[in-house]
Amino acid sequence: MLKVVEIKNLTVKYPDVKALDDVSFTVNQGDFLGIIGPNGAGKSTLFASMLGLHTKYKGTIKFFDEDIKKSKNYLKELGYVPQKPIFEKNFPVTVTDVVRMGLRKESDENKIDEILQQLWIHELRNRRIGELSGGQQQRVFIAKALVNNPKILILDEPVTGIDQQSIDLFFSILRELNSKQKITIIWSSHDLDAVNKLANHVACLNRTLFFHGETEKFFSDDKLVKQYSEASMQEHMHHH
Amino acid sequence: MSFEILTFSFMHRALISGIAIAILCSIVGLFLVLRRYSLFGDAIAHSSFGGIALGLLAGVYPLWAAYGVSIASALIITKVKDRYNISGDASIAVLLSSGIAVGLVIIGLSGGFTIDIFSFLFGSILLVSVDDTVLILGLTGAILIVILLLYRQLLYSTFNEEQAKVSGIPVEKINYLIVFMAGITVVTSIQLVGVLLISALFVIPNVTAIMYGKGFKQTAIISMSLSIFSVIVGILVSYILDITPAGTIVLISIGLLAGTMGIKSAGLLSKN
Ligand SMILES: Nc1ncnc2c1ncn2[C@@H]1O[C@H](COP(=O)(O)OP(=O)(O)OP(=O)(O)O)[C@@H](O)[C@H]1O
Ligand SMILES: [Mg+2]
Repeated sequence: MLKVVEIKNLTVKYPDVKALDDVSFTVNQGDFLGIIGPNGAGKSTLFASMLGLHTKYKGTIKFFDEDIKKSKNYLKELGYVPQKPIFEKNFPVTVTDVVRMGLRKESDENKIDEILQQLWIHELRNRRIGELSGGQQQRVFIAKALVNNPKILILDEPVTGIDQQSIDLFFSILRELNSKQKITIIWSSHDLDAVNKLANHVACLNRTLFFHGETEKFFSDDKLVKQYSEASMQEHMHHH
Repeated sequence: MSFEILTFSFMHRALISGIAIAILCSIVGLFLVLRRYSLFGDAIAHSSFGGIALGLLAGVYPLWAAYGVSIASALIITKVKDRYNISGDASIAVLLSSGIAVGLVIIGLSGGFTIDIFSFLFGSILLVSVDDTVLILGLTGAILIVILLLYRQLLYSTFNEEQAKVSGIPVEKINYLIVFMAGITVVTSIQLVGVLLISALFVIPNVTAIMYGKGFKQTAIISMSLSIFSVIVGILVSYILDITPAGTIVLISIGLLAGTMGIKSAGLLSKN
């Protein structure tokens, strides 16, 4: 099986906290990996390191067998949907403008309409991005991530604050991308049930990685699930 | 009323360079406004005061000194701001006050030479020469070409730096490019419209256009049109009434903004 991502002994320290401690795992082509972990577990930090946004880490991160410190080529194969897409509320760009930002070659202009249709937001194409609801905006950012035909899609907790119907639609889109278009998906979430339903691999992160493997293995092991829930609870107590 | 004024060649030069500067300030200003960097043009304009004084002291043609000093200090303040995590508005204040301070101290030390403060503040658009007009047209053309070629990179890194980086866009270089273009635009425009008008041309048409436009191109075109309109009408009206062109241009663009806000609050401009 083709290795898409290989992370070895990844450690990230911020001035006040060690956000990741000796994390190692691999993602194979076609995997749908759910990364679960409580607030502050280091999920966004892991993604920032993988995306080249955070470069002060120890260990190695490889995409397609190439160290990301040596080559940025992997970014071409990658679509990323951030946890909170931040932009000025009255920024004068339409949905089409935003999706076009993700497009590398001007010649693929038709691809924009295609992807908007696929995500059920074609009728919103001439609306200004800041006027849309949270769920609609999120689909726009997924469209932007997908418009380049990426081989890997990275999504950071994409369903916070979104209604159930939109979540269901979103999940069915993800499932189709993974099963039909064979896109490798790496997705962070708080929602154990959703991960159980969608992902075929799970990584449990809480500064260290305490489980990584097939989804069934994790959820059929009551002890592991309990251990995870307790660790999350403790984390919550620390925070509040 | 006669149309005789349209036959004066100084009026032709004023209108042509005025239109070029209107276009330039509105498109460069749009990127600055969207980056919450509205007063950056003003800061560069003030630092050019230091540049002019330095040029007079060193015996360099003041305009070239102004280009050099303004662009260099704008790039340096951008670097310092990123390095030490200083907020945009604070870095603007630093640039603005240090430019004026350097100018004042140099003038003091050199025993004082007369900078034409009035023309520095308000510009002298009716005195623009043929050479100036050619220079202005050339720079406007060059900057517009750069913007068209790097359209996606400029827009994307203004919209969201982090995502632009992940898409492989050299965001830092693009930021410096915007600062550099702003520097050239400001120093070029100052001779015509003066320090006071710079911010107005950078900001007001864009604030107005953002209320109308849906997409980016539409907004940019609306902003340029408003800006061109204000400059043309401003120059003509001020000549006829014998008042300052700079002030008239600003008042017209403020009038357009106020009118737009009126239309908007009357609910005539749809929200979708
Ligand atoms: N830029 C930063 N500077 C300093 N500390 C940071 C920074 N970013 C994150 N941290 C710290 O690193 C730890 C991990 O944060 P991170 O955002 O990666 O967690 P997360 O799993 O994404 O959390 P959430 O579920 O809330 O999004 C936290 O303790 C956080 O306070
Ligand atoms: Mg996070």
